[in-house]
Amino acid sequence: MAIKTQPVTVNLGPQHPSTHGVFRMRVMFDGEEIVDVEPIFGYLHRGSEKLAEERTYTQIVTLTDRMDYVSSMLNNHAYILAVEKLARIEPSPRGVWLRMIASELQRVASHLVATGFLIQDLGALGTPLIYAMRERENILDLFEMICGARITNSYLRPGGVFMDAPAEFWPALDRGLDDIVRTIDELEAYLSGNEIIFSRTKGTAVLSPELLINASITGPMLRASGVDWDLRHRAPYDYYDRVNFERILHTASDNYARYWVRVQEMRESVKIIKQCIEQIEPGPVRPSFDDVPRLIRPPEGDAYVAIEGSKGELGFYLVSDGGISPYRMHVRASSLINLTLLRDMLIGGQFGDLFVTFGSVDLNMGEVDR
Amino acid sequence: MTTVWSGAALAEAIEAFAPGSVESSAGTDVWLKPESISDVCGGLKTRAEFKFDLLSSLTAVDYIDHFEVVYHLTSLPMNASAVLKSRVGLGRTDASIPSVVPVWRGADYQEREVWDLMGIRFDGHPNHKRIMLWEGFPGHPLRKDYVTYDQSIVGPSDEQELVESTDSDGGGE
Repeated sequence: MAIKTQPVTVNLGPQHPSTHGVFRMRVMFDGEEIVDVEPIFGYLHRGSEKLAEERTYTQIVTLTDRMDYVSSMLNNHAYILAVEKLARIEPSPRGVWLRMIASELQRVASHLVATGFLIQDLGALGTPLIYAMRERENILDLFEMICGARITNSYLRPGGVFMDAPAEFWPALDRGLDDIVRTIDELEAYLSGNEIIFSRTKGTAVLSPELLINASITGPMLRASGVDWDLRHRAPYDYYDRVNFERILHTASDNYARYWVRVQEMRESVKIIKQCIEQIEPGPVRPSFDDVPRLIRPPEGDAYVAIEGSKGELGFYLVSDGGISPYRMHVRASSLINLTLLRDMLIGGQFGDLFVTFGSVDLNMGEVDR
Repeated sequence: MTTVWSGAALAEAIEAFAPGSVESSAGTDVWLKPESISDVCGGLKTRAEFKFDLLSSLTAVDYIDHFEVVYHLTSLPMNASAVLKSRVGLGRTDASIPSVVPVWRGADYQEREVWDLMGIRFDGHPNHKRIMLWEGFPGHPLRKDYVTYDQSIVGPSDEQELVESTDSDGGGE
């Protein structure tokens, strides 16, 4: 005997621990099945792009920290590269190596957060998340050594970074890299072959590569569908053409593939950092203030620079009118654009898979709303 | 390494399949007529010599006397990039441009963001609503003539007087 049901609309968020910040979804259920989803954004909108129009180019670095607040270094990196292109600044080699090390450490930290919270969303309350956060804590300690801040780093400056790493940073970094690899091994031993993880994540929210590309989705989500697209490899910036790393690809394009790609990318980031440590040479970490003054006045024009952020293509578009602040700044936020296919991923699925799928996108509301 | 299309070469290639759609070109940029944006983008996506299958970024800039919509395109198979621009709302009239969502679904949220913050209407967008701010919010904040809350309670001239009066009185009231 079939039980007669009628669709129910449920409001999820904005204050809900599984929404990774303040995200709201109006979801219509028919029993356990999702029939409609409407995402609602803007609860963390702070008008960063408008604020940037009233600040100098160096001051804006602090605004970029607060966009995707679990990958501040990568935000700094993308913004600084755009300023350097706009103002035609030649960076110092040691500063470039240092910011590559910082960026890759940040990528590991961001992927640890993504992985830990994905497992948390699966219902494994506590333990795997604490393992991931414990390792992230070590990376934040390393950040504290090189720039004094843990989350909102503001470490990069046009032309390099603002200070050199202290002598005790290098042995701590070596130990930290070993710890990262050990933690990834631990996580993988418990999770990557886990039957419960398989049954919950394999075959859910599958997207075709053509659809992903058409919806401008980049980063680990795209690579989990087998498309070899990594800006560090295809459009190398800084010294990424001088380091070797494997591009991690998976063909399943389901929630498990996205989890797996992130875990393996952390190993590649560790490899990149080791190569940076081998190649870094002594020297100034940024050009002198005679070459790059504190108040930069780039020539009139515009510049768009994109880097491979932790969540996908992270781009900054800057327009200069020759003044001390940008005429217009736009952020190509990968977190927002990666949500374009949220409806396609969720509709037709089960309620239990909703937060797993949501976690596998790896979004950060600070970047979505800006 | 990504090849960047020069504006002149791209303008010539666009003119070959969509005559009369290019306004001008300089550096790496091509300025298109707003009404031809759908045809040109459709051609750039499907034609074998371009294959611009990924819309990297879509944004807009307020140049006081007009707005400029900026498209950054990427071709994954060719590893190439290109910049399209289009001037709309000349003389600060109602600005609108055809939507490119039928070509790239990735334009969906980006066009809504431009409408919300810059006030450029995208004709044919399937869900033309505000995204960051709520329906009924007055104005579009990224426009240069938008008056922020701070400016609305203390105008620039008032602020100047305030500073002068505290100097002479030695600390205000």
